[in-house]
Amino acid sequence: MSTEVAISLTVNGERISRRVEARRHLIDFLRLDLGLMGSRVGCEHGVCGACTVRVNGLIARGCLILAASLDGDSVETIEGVSDTGEIRDLQDAFVARNACQCGYCTPGMLLTAAELLRDVAHTGTTPTRAAIREHLSGNYCRCTGYHAIVDAVEAVGKARMSGSEGGKP
Amino acid sequence: MKAGSFRYERAYTLAEVFRLRREAGGDAQLLAGGQSLLAALAFRLSEPSLIIDISRVRDLKGVSVLPSGHLRVGALTTHRELAAHPDVNRHAPLLAEAVPLIAHAAIRNRGTIGGSLAFADAAAELPACCVALEARIIATGPNGERAIPAATFFTGLFATALAEDELIQAVEFPCAAPGDRATIVELTRRCGDYAMAGLAAWAQHVDARLQTPRLVYFGVGAGPVVAGAAARALGPGPWTPHKVAEAQTLLDRDLDPPPDQHGGPEMKRHLARVLLARAVGKLGVEPGVRAA
Repeated sequence: MSTEVAISLTVNGERISRRVEARRHLIDFLRLDLGLMGSRVGCEHGVCGACTVRVNGLIARGCLILAASLDGDSVETIEGVSDTGEIRDLQDAFVARNACQCGYCTPGMLLTAAELLRDVAHTGTTPTRAAIREHLSGNYCRCTGYHAIVDAVEAVGKARMSGSEGGKP
Repeated sequence: MKAGSFRYERAYTLAEVFRLRREAGGDAQLLAGGQSLLAALAFRLSEPSLIIDISRVRDLKGVSVLPSGHLRVGALTTHRELAAHPDVNRHAPLLAEAVPLIAHAAIRNRGTIGGSLAFADAAAELPACCVALEARIIATGPNGERAIPAATFFTGLFATALAEDELIQAVEFPCAAPGDRATIVELTRRCGDYAMAGLAAWAQHVDARLQTPRLVYFGVGAGPVVAGAAARALGPGPWTPHKVAEAQTLLDRDLDPPPDQHGGPEMKRHLARVLLARAVGKLGVEPGVRAA
């Protein structure tokens, strides 16, 4: 019996139909089948957070999702979120504060931070450094550049709260 | 770290789940949120020939309050939904309190309560909460539905009372009564790690006194561990420092923690005593101090 599954889903706003191996996880699907290399393969068992993407609007571990299970769903990757300009301020802040270093964890960090800061402008409150650290705790940076990352996220939060242009030190 | 080869089927009804399972002859795994299963597949700790995706089965979804005075939580309710749902916050606030302790946001967005209970990790928060709140697990299978008390549901390390052809349909919690107090505390090395030791505690607050405590530990045994001797030592309030100390001593009778990657039994016993004091503090130390 076939181990392939036909799926049709939206990736970064584009409708995509493919046949995938049932065992293929979302990150291999994005990287190997669609050529979207922004999402990283790290530990492949849900620990490191390098593969963080959005599924139906919420961040998720791409390595803990079978591509076959996403029929009809919507996936956003760092490529799509970069193109829309939604996290331009976060990206600028990461560059300004040297929060990227080797860059391997950066896409996951950005998408995770974006979820934390999504409602800042709306609620008028921004997370504390402790809350930022807690929220990013599932994303490993093996350059161990956490301090700069927390700085960048904090700066963007404060900037969004006050409605100014964000993230510049 | 790639999963082995398997077939994949998506079920939309319970009847389809039962049929697919029967056809696979016991060689199928159910996929709900997948936050433990996908890792097990990657490590090839689990090598099924068929994955049955139950994540779209409508009968496993939804949160509602039953006329019987129970909060019914569908098995596919994610941790994120659990924390945000007004009925959960009102009728079983312990669950909402537990959610931030579970893994990380990206995992809480997809992991489900049914998956967590069926997986039955010894260090998981929700099994202990279910025992502390005297929940009942609604299991369903081709031969119908049955309610299993949480206290008898967890039968060992990664083991439950579910029959091979059953799955969890929902979990039902007695709605919290006025005066019910509950809290959860745990110790981890890093945010989001499985607990080195944890405690879900429940008590009634009557006439300004805490009483009838239930203390359920996790991460110190094969599953949720009820600390009956310690709870009896606390008894009806006031829970004086002397009584708390006595209960801490009696934990040695309740707990027989196996060593794990975090440390040996003596360290776990120490952590359990620390957690008891913290939980009592959060429930509202007597006399005099009243929690909100």
